[in-house]
Amino acid sequence: MMSDAISHAILPGIVVAFLLTQDLSSPLLVLAAGATGVLTVSLVELLGRTGLVARDAAIGLVFPALFSIGVVLIARYAGDVHLDTDAVLLGELAFAPFRRLTLLGVDLGPRSLYLMGAILFLQIALLLLFYKELKLATFDPAFAAAIGLAPAALHYGLMATVSVTVVGAFDAVGSVLVVALMVAPPAAAHFFVRRLSAFLALSAAFGIATAVVGYALARALDASIAGSMAVSAGAIFSLAFLLAPERGLVAAWLRRRSQRWEFAQETLAIHLLQHRGLPEEQEECRVAHLEQHLGWSAERAAEVVRRAENRGLVRREADLLSLSEAGVALGKERLST
Amino acid sequence: MTTTQPENAIEIADLTVAYRERPVLWDVDLVVPRGILMAVVGPNGAGKTTLIKAIMQLVRPAAGQVLILGRPIRAQRRIVAYVPQRGSVDWDFPTTVLDVVTMGRYGRLGWFRSPGRSERDAALETLRKVGMEELRDRQISQLSGGQQQRVFLARALVQDAEVYLMDEPFQGVDALTERAIVELLRELRARGKTVVVVHHDLQTVPEYFDWVTLLNVRRIASGPVAEVWTERNLRLAYGGRMAILAHELAPAPQLRASPAPDER
Repeated sequence: MMSDAISHAILPGIVVAFLLTQDLSSPLLVLAAGATGVLTVSLVELLGRTGLVARDAAIGLVFPALFSIGVVLIARYAGDVHLDTDAVLLGELAFAPFRRLTLLGVDLGPRSLYLMGAILFLQIALLLLFYKELKLATFDPAFAAAIGLAPAALHYGLMATVSVTVVGAFDAVGSVLVVALMVAPPAAAHFFVRRLSAFLALSAAFGIATAVVGYALARALDASIAGSMAVSAGAIFSLAFLLAPERGLVAAWLRRRSQRWEFAQETLAIHLLQHRGLPEEQEECRVAHLEQHLGWSAERAAEVVRRAENRGLVRREADLLSLSEAGVALGKERLST
Repeated sequence: MTTTQPENAIEIADLTVAYRERPVLWDVDLVVPRGILMAVVGPNGAGKTTLIKAIMQLVRPAAGQVLILGRPIRAQRRIVAYVPQRGSVDWDFPTTVLDVVTMGRYGRLGWFRSPGRSERDAALETLRKVGMEELRDRQISQLSGGQQQRVFLARALVQDAEVYLMDEPFQGVDALTERAIVELLRELRARGKTVVVVHHDLQTVPEYFDWVTLLNVRRIASGPVAEVWTERNLRLAYGGRMAILAHELAPAPQLRASPAPDER
């Protein structure tokens, strides 16, 4: 949510820097975006701290305001340059290779490659340097403050880096794809890992897979590259969401189903235990009567009895049910807890 | 540390903390001697959590000063261990039990240095002590409330501090875990450490602790349980909101405080 907000809210910073430099490729644009990002986070923080609006609402209030200032500035002062709103929102990855970096008349390659390469290098360096500090400050800010790390400074530093990354990236790919790539791969990775280092590595791997698959898709369909990549980001997330072992939707559903049968067998064991050796036993402990007494459908009752028989919890003579020793033990154990 | 050890673990003078001009702590003076196990009790909204946070300088006091072993907290962070209330962490964060306990060594490491073998070993050793060794690779959200509390206790223990500040360590914990935690706290005291615990259950105060502070925005009383744990003081702290059976007060009073409407 915050990265989405930042990717939009930094627009006025870029526009102001552009108006000052009249140069779309100036590194000042990236710095201005970073500063605006920090401003965004500070404003959200300030608004949240008044206690008068909820935190989500604070984000929702700050970023449209800043974004619209950016849009107005473009419309008023820069209507005739490439910095139009479509380009900001969607970008056009296909044109990125044509924007070249030239130094002393020598063509060195696409400009975005150098810009994003430099940002990647900066991020890896910062991450290695502040790995444990960032981890603790994100996980448990109160404890981080208690041992003398500066969680607030770390938070703003992180957000400044996010802003720089966002502006560098959306020059190349547009803000929709920036948000897709910042949110979907980590969200997918979250289903698989328990450790932060593995989480970061897997997020990066999913990000790369998103780009490769998206590009192949775009070529195959002759469609927009950015659009195809956003689709592949969504697809990778959906697959992880459905199929991840343990935490995926399917795994959770299977687990719940087996727990339900387990619970039904326990219910049966307790029911039989309560009426064991009592006069009404003949009446209560018949398969045909489970329907009536436990409120189960005939099929469900038959299936529960079949499963309990297979597990050796229950014996069956004609229609009459009785508990085995294992069944008695299970019933007693469940009643005692 | 200098050659002359100061006598008091914590000295608080004229501490006032206000949220938006509403005083939560009002001119509190408090001296915590070294090597005691102290409970901080008082009704909801009495400022117990705020007191701990103010000692840690996590909230800014409107007035007053706090000394830890004779020096301000910013010089002493390494020797103070703090166990926040359970709600303060991001439970979805991808981190394991062992990882969380290792965080107790981060303060000692300081900026830039990464935890290595000795930090890991210390964390494992402490996990063994709290009986959580087998769960070391669990993601922390997969633990029960009592297990989570033990992990955070282990994180404080691994800091190997002089002063321990714990905000309701028994919250959401079963009776067995509570016993185990009390044993660990007594062990700390036996090693000369000072332990301050925000506590809710009045019945167990005389059994678990040797020192007690009664708080209700102001300091009502503070001292050895034998001297301070009286019906009069409890009435002062809890006001009328208490059903009290006077003859049961000593040694283990049956007290029940009804919660105040404004929980902080």
